Amino acid sequence: MATLVQAIRLALHVGEERHGVTDVFGQDVGPPLGGVFTQTQGIRTAWNTPLDERGILGMAIGLALAGQRPIAEIQFCDYAFNSIDLMKLAGSMCWSSAGDWNCPMVLMTPVGSGIRGSIYHSHSFDAQATRIAGWKVVVPSNPLDAYGLMLSAIVDPNPVMFLAPKALMRAKAGPGQRIPGEPDDDRLLSKMIDAPLGNRSRWRPRWPDVEDLFVPIGQGHTCREGRDVTVVTYGRMVPVALQAADQAAAEGIDTEVVDLRSLAPYDWERIKASVRKTRRVLFLNEDTEVTNFGEHLLRRTVEELFYELHAAPRLLAGAHVPGIGLADALERASVPQLEQVTAALRDIASQPP
Amino acid sequence: MAVAQGSSDVTTLLSREPACTPADGESGAIAPELLVRIHEVMLRSRCLEERLIFMNKQGDGFFWVGGPGEEALNASLGLLVHKGQGPDFDYLHLHYRSTATLLAMGADPMDALRQMKNTATDPYSAGRNFVNHYSVRRWNVVPVSSPIEVQFAMAPGTATANKRAGGRGITIVQGGDAGTAEGDFATCLLWCSRPGHELPCLMIIANNAWGISTLTADQHAEKPIADRCKAFGIKSAVIDGNDAEIAYRELCRAMDYVRTERRPFLLEARVSRLYGHSSASGANHVPDERDCLSLFEDKLEQRQVLTRSAMTDLRAQITQQLLELSKRVRDEPQPRGADIWKHVYADRDRLHEPSPSPSARAGTDLAGTNGTSH
Repeated sequence: MATLVQAIRLALHVGEERHGVTDVFGQDVGPPLGGVFTQTQGIRTAWNTPLDERGILGMAIGLALAGQRPIAEIQFCDYAFNSIDLMKLAGSMCWSSAGDWNCPMVLMTPVGSGIRGSIYHSHSFDAQATRIAGWKVVVPSNPLDAYGLMLSAIVDPNPVMFLAPKALMRAKAGPGQRIPGEPDDDRLLSKMIDAPLGNRSRWRPRWPDVEDLFVPIGQGHTCREGRDVTVVTYGRMVPVALQAADQAAAEGIDTEVVDLRSLAPYDWERIKASVRKTRRVLFLNEDTEVTNFGEHLLRRTVEELFYELHAAPRLLAGAHVPGIGLADALERASVPQLEQVTAALRDIASQPP
Repeated sequence: MAVAQGSSDVTTLLSREPACTPADGESGAIAPELLVRIHEVMLRSRCLEERLIFMNKQGDGFFWVGGPGEEALNASLGLLVHKGQGPDFDYLHLHYRSTATLLAMGADPMDALRQMKNTATDPYSAGRNFVNHYSVRRWNVVPVSSPIEVQFAMAPGTATANKRAGGRGITIVQGGDAGTAEGDFATCLLWCSRPGHELPCLMIIANNAWGISTLTADQHAEKPIADRCKAFGIKSAVIDGNDAEIAYRELCRAMDYVRTERRPFLLEARVSRLYGHSSASGANHVPDERDCLSLFEDKLEQRQVLTRSAMTDLRAQITQQLLELSKRVRDEPQPRGADIWKHVYADRDRLHEPSPSPSARAGTDLAGTNGTSH
């Protein structure tokens, strides 16, 4: 089974060989490094750029407008904040020109905590990204979705932000999540597409013949069915929610877990159907809690489903502090932990209707 | 929705396709026919800007920003553009003072009036953006945005596509002097001069010495701005952009260098700002600035290329026609509130499709068709 980062790499390869990707670029994206998470190793069209996030965004927009198919990377989303007005520019290109121009580009950037990344390698970008209209925003929680969402992003005529949870980069696909055409042997896949340590100047990848697979942007996935409580989440918090659901199940709480996969547009119909079924909902993510994307979902739930709820809807998100502290206790106190998610499920499930 | 009119009469005063020829060798002499053509574009641009200012002042538009004082530079630029769609042609990342460039390329003045009046028929933005914020995909004119200098961050991208196309198409990016304080200017210098990856990009600084109400000289020690190119090995020139002949000749040279050498060049042109920054600062005539049009008309008269009466008559004719157009534009429909949801997302990739002309776009329900709601 591929890891999430291998899945991204496979999708980039398929993108450049079959779907017209012309450029994969950013700081340290090209050889010899191939990305700080190895996501661009062996990619034919990968190249290195100056350490200039605004230049990277601007280059991507310009390439896209000129009919190329660029995939730009900001090495960590923490360093994308100086480029937000250029993201607005890309997001408004179609709207401001009344549909004359479109801007088909992908911006990929690692997000979130979980790798002891300290203050400037642990930020989330969900809330920022979803405030920039005109972009599509996807967040995979497993390798298969990473592969399918990246391919959908590549062929989309709009700017698409691909937020990769850095804590899941090395996570392997679960049962039923094999990429079509991926070798059965994990070690063989690694030998084929992972660059060796040391001198890589003569190394070339041997790409497996993986098939196209498109996860539709805007379509969530119900990764666990349940009757009592719904958890609406995405990215790194999906496996946490599933673990919490297992723990809650031992207490007789049957939890449904919805993985949004796309934040813009998002699968409101799936959320609505699940909440109508369970009548209890927890919105879960690791971004800071003030003006959080989950707050928007919670507001919409209150406005549209208030009289169908049996318990107050809740948001469990990151603490509204300037950064994620390096020490273990600081990081644990800053982003939702498994025991907090389980406790929240217990609390929501126990409220009288 | 009412169908908008096609090209306005003012457009027909000038032929659509300019017959521009490079300056005549080292002497720099420009053929009289071309001088007349440059003058016509400059005059038409000035009259259009004055009409737009009137419209704003009489309530036919919320805001004005534009380019009176840059006509000598911008008219010449528009006449020299290799116009078309796609990377075989020039890409233009302009600023909101580029009126004369668009008119020289063949834009219909009526479309500027539509954008001023924020009508649904405005082909540049369907009533969404300020006047002089152009967008013409069929001519590679990238949407102009109000934030200054962002165009300098995008230009290396289109220039890369120009270079890959292998033809003579180049990228032209234009901004003001104050905007060079933004990091995006340095980004453009850096990305266009990466060793082994030099890009065919012509950077134009229209230096009017002002940043809104702040004198650039009070904030910038570098003189001239073009000197910043030295560190990047980028060739540059500083010219009097108020002299139409110099502007035309130096643009010819700069564009020829970029087209041929496939390397960047920066042209810093000293220009004027004849009506202040925008309507926010009153948009009143500033008498102590040099007027490129007046200077050029004096020269044309002295050389007997045009008579004063001919120029005066032409000005009166254009002014009257623009007045009539500005009355017509009042009858065109405004966007509907529900139109905000159109074109948030593109429903397909249009970049490889031919784009209709602005006037053809103005004849459609821009905000109401072929869009994708959220």
